[in-house]
Amino acid sequence: MTRPRARVTIPGVSTPPEHAPVPPPGPVGVPAPDPAPEPATRAVLCRGRCGRVVGGVASGIADHLGVPVLWVRMVFVVLAGLGGAGLLGYGLLWAFVPEGAGTRGRPGTAREQQQAIGLVALGVGLALAAAALGDSWSGWVTGPLGVALVGAAVVWREADETQRRRWMSGAGAVFGGGRTGMLRVLAGVGLVVAGITVFLLNQVDLGQVQFGLLAVVATLVGVAVLTVPWWLRLVRDLGEERRARIRTEERAEIAAHLHDSVLQTLALIQQQSDSGREVRRLARGQERELRSWLYGPLGYGRTGQDQPRGSLSEALAAAAGEVEDTYAVSVEVVVVGDCPADETLAPLVLASREAMVNAARHAGVGEVSLYAEVEPSEVHVFIRDRGTGFDPATVPEDRHGLADSVHGRMERHGGTVKVRTGPGEGTEVQLGMPRVESGEQT
Amino acid sequence: MTEATGGPKVITVFLVDDHALFRTGVKAELARAGPVGPDTAGVTVIGEAGSVDEAVAGIGHLHPDVVLLDVHLPDGGGAEVLRRVRTALPDVVFLALSVSDAAEDVITVIRAGARGYVTKTISGRELVDAVRRVHAGDPVFSPRLAGFVLDAFAQRTGAAPVGDPELDLLTPRERDVLRLLARGYAYKEIAGELFISVKTVETHVSSVLRKTQLSNRYELSRWASDRRLV
Repeated sequence: MTRPRARVTIPGVSTPPEHAPVPPPGPVGVPAPDPAPEPATRAVLCRGRCGRVVGGVASGIADHLGVPVLWVRMVFVVLAGLGGAGLLGYGLLWAFVPEGAGTRGRPGTAREQQQAIGLVALGVGLALAAAALGDSWSGWVTGPLGVALVGAAVVWREADETQRRRWMSGAGAVFGGGRTGMLRVLAGVGLVVAGITVFLLNQVDLGQVQFGLLAVVATLVGVAVLTVPWWLRLVRDLGEERRARIRTEERAEIAAHLHDSVLQTLALIQQQSDSGREVRRLARGQERELRSWLYGPLGYGRTGQDQPRGSLSEALAAAAGEVEDTYAVSVEVVVVGDCPADETLAPLVLASREAMVNAARHAGVGEVSLYAEVEPSEVHVFIRDRGTGFDPATVPEDRHGLADSVHGRMERHGGTVKVRTGPGEGTEVQLGMPRVESGEQT
Repeated sequence: MTEATGGPKVITVFLVDDHALFRTGVKAELARAGPVGPDTAGVTVIGEAGSVDEAVAGIGHLHPDVVLLDVHLPDGGGAEVLRRVRTALPDVVFLALSVSDAAEDVITVIRAGARGYVTKTISGRELVDAVRRVHAGDPVFSPRLAGFVLDAFAQRTGAAPVGDPELDLLTPRERDVLRLLARGYAYKEIAGELFISVKTVETHVSSVLRKTQLSNRYELSRWASDRRLV
């Protein structure tokens, strides 16, 4: 027979993504653009580490959006000219976008670095020019607060470096930058303090009390600004720790469950290894329990709300479980469709159980299969074994199992029973029960 | 069911499962139940793998006739092996073998190209029989898989409209055959029950497998992803 070779859409299986439209190689002399990352997996926004000049914000955004880093930097410069908005935006992004941990991205070329430094100067110059032209919004950049800003930038950058070193070495030091790092931090602190002091000295015409208050507030602000990177890191580390704790608890729950059930059963099996029947019973019971824990409606990882309790499939599985436990056989249960196990179906479940018991006791085989199908108007259950079978005519009068528990029970409730059997052919009991329209369930 | 090429030969089998203990057990079972018979092919394990990468390399190297494939493997599962091997080696036949009762896993592997699914509790003799049958080109539907497929193609109220009747619906006859499979009937018994030939039963089962693999019916995908049966 021919095997279909058509392309198949597979649920839950992602086909390999189509190749990203890689731009054709540029003309000679122009550095070829990076092969664009697959659009389906757009880079998470994080600050770049390799191509950075100040804080890595621009290269991070460029990676995220898949545009050249130069464009991003120019946008920042233009915005810096518009009332210093570019500077403010850059600062906020620096504070709140986490630093990338991987080695993603590529180191900027020397030319790009020069371009970027030129652009930084241009941006600051634009902001200053706007201030000089009397734009009150950006006036704050020109004064001593601008100096404080530069100081804060130096300290933040040093904090980034420290964090990177911490990732690389695993050390937890905050000031891990050694002597030069310490010098840079001190220089930054000096700039911030100087800037704020000069700013305050311009305000001396205020009263003494006000001046004192102002000094306290200014100090607090200075400390707050300087320690922002460490606060943010603290918050992130807390989140990280909480995730780790949840994982640990999850693992403990699984371990506890496996210990209580599987390990105990394995110990019992080792003790009883002489009795094959007992081992089979234990193993089968444990398997059933583990399955219901893993996949069942109230099992592990379920909220317990997606399936109502008391469905027919559950009732049949429970009955099969009892038979398995009692008679050390295995019952394969396959149910198609489902419905609530209301009282009209209870006789069906009981009759099914009785049929399974008969198969387990008399068929002489270790396996019984049960198939149930729920149809809109009727429920059918088939219990089958491949055992000895029997001749219905020779069943002694005093055997009530099939006659009373199955035939009688089903007929009293409007159901049907058919038995197909013969010596050596196995037995199949077919049960049918009409459904009472109790709701819209199917 | 037996092979058409004449004299008995040996079917080579590659075993993929991440549990070494289970692989050992299957090998022993196949060795016991799979020697060459008077008119049946022998079954021999020629290689095994415990991970997706090993499996892809081993299957490519050894070119087995049949791969017994565990549904659950680290790094992507049996479906991943199928995806990476199947286009290069369309002649290799895959039979899924798993303890998983999660319908979504089973249907995923079937739709990725496996020709059948049997549970790991299957006896050695039945397993050898299943290997022979998939090798001969017939799908192998365990009762559980038959139940899953019946459920997936069920006409429910509010079900998605049928796009392509040829692929999205089972014919009444196919439904009958599946029902009997789910009740544990062998092909020969199904043929007797429905008064058709064994060959016709095989044709129906192949057709059901094709529909399961190719149908784009929304219902089927959704059903497989949000339903897990005990």
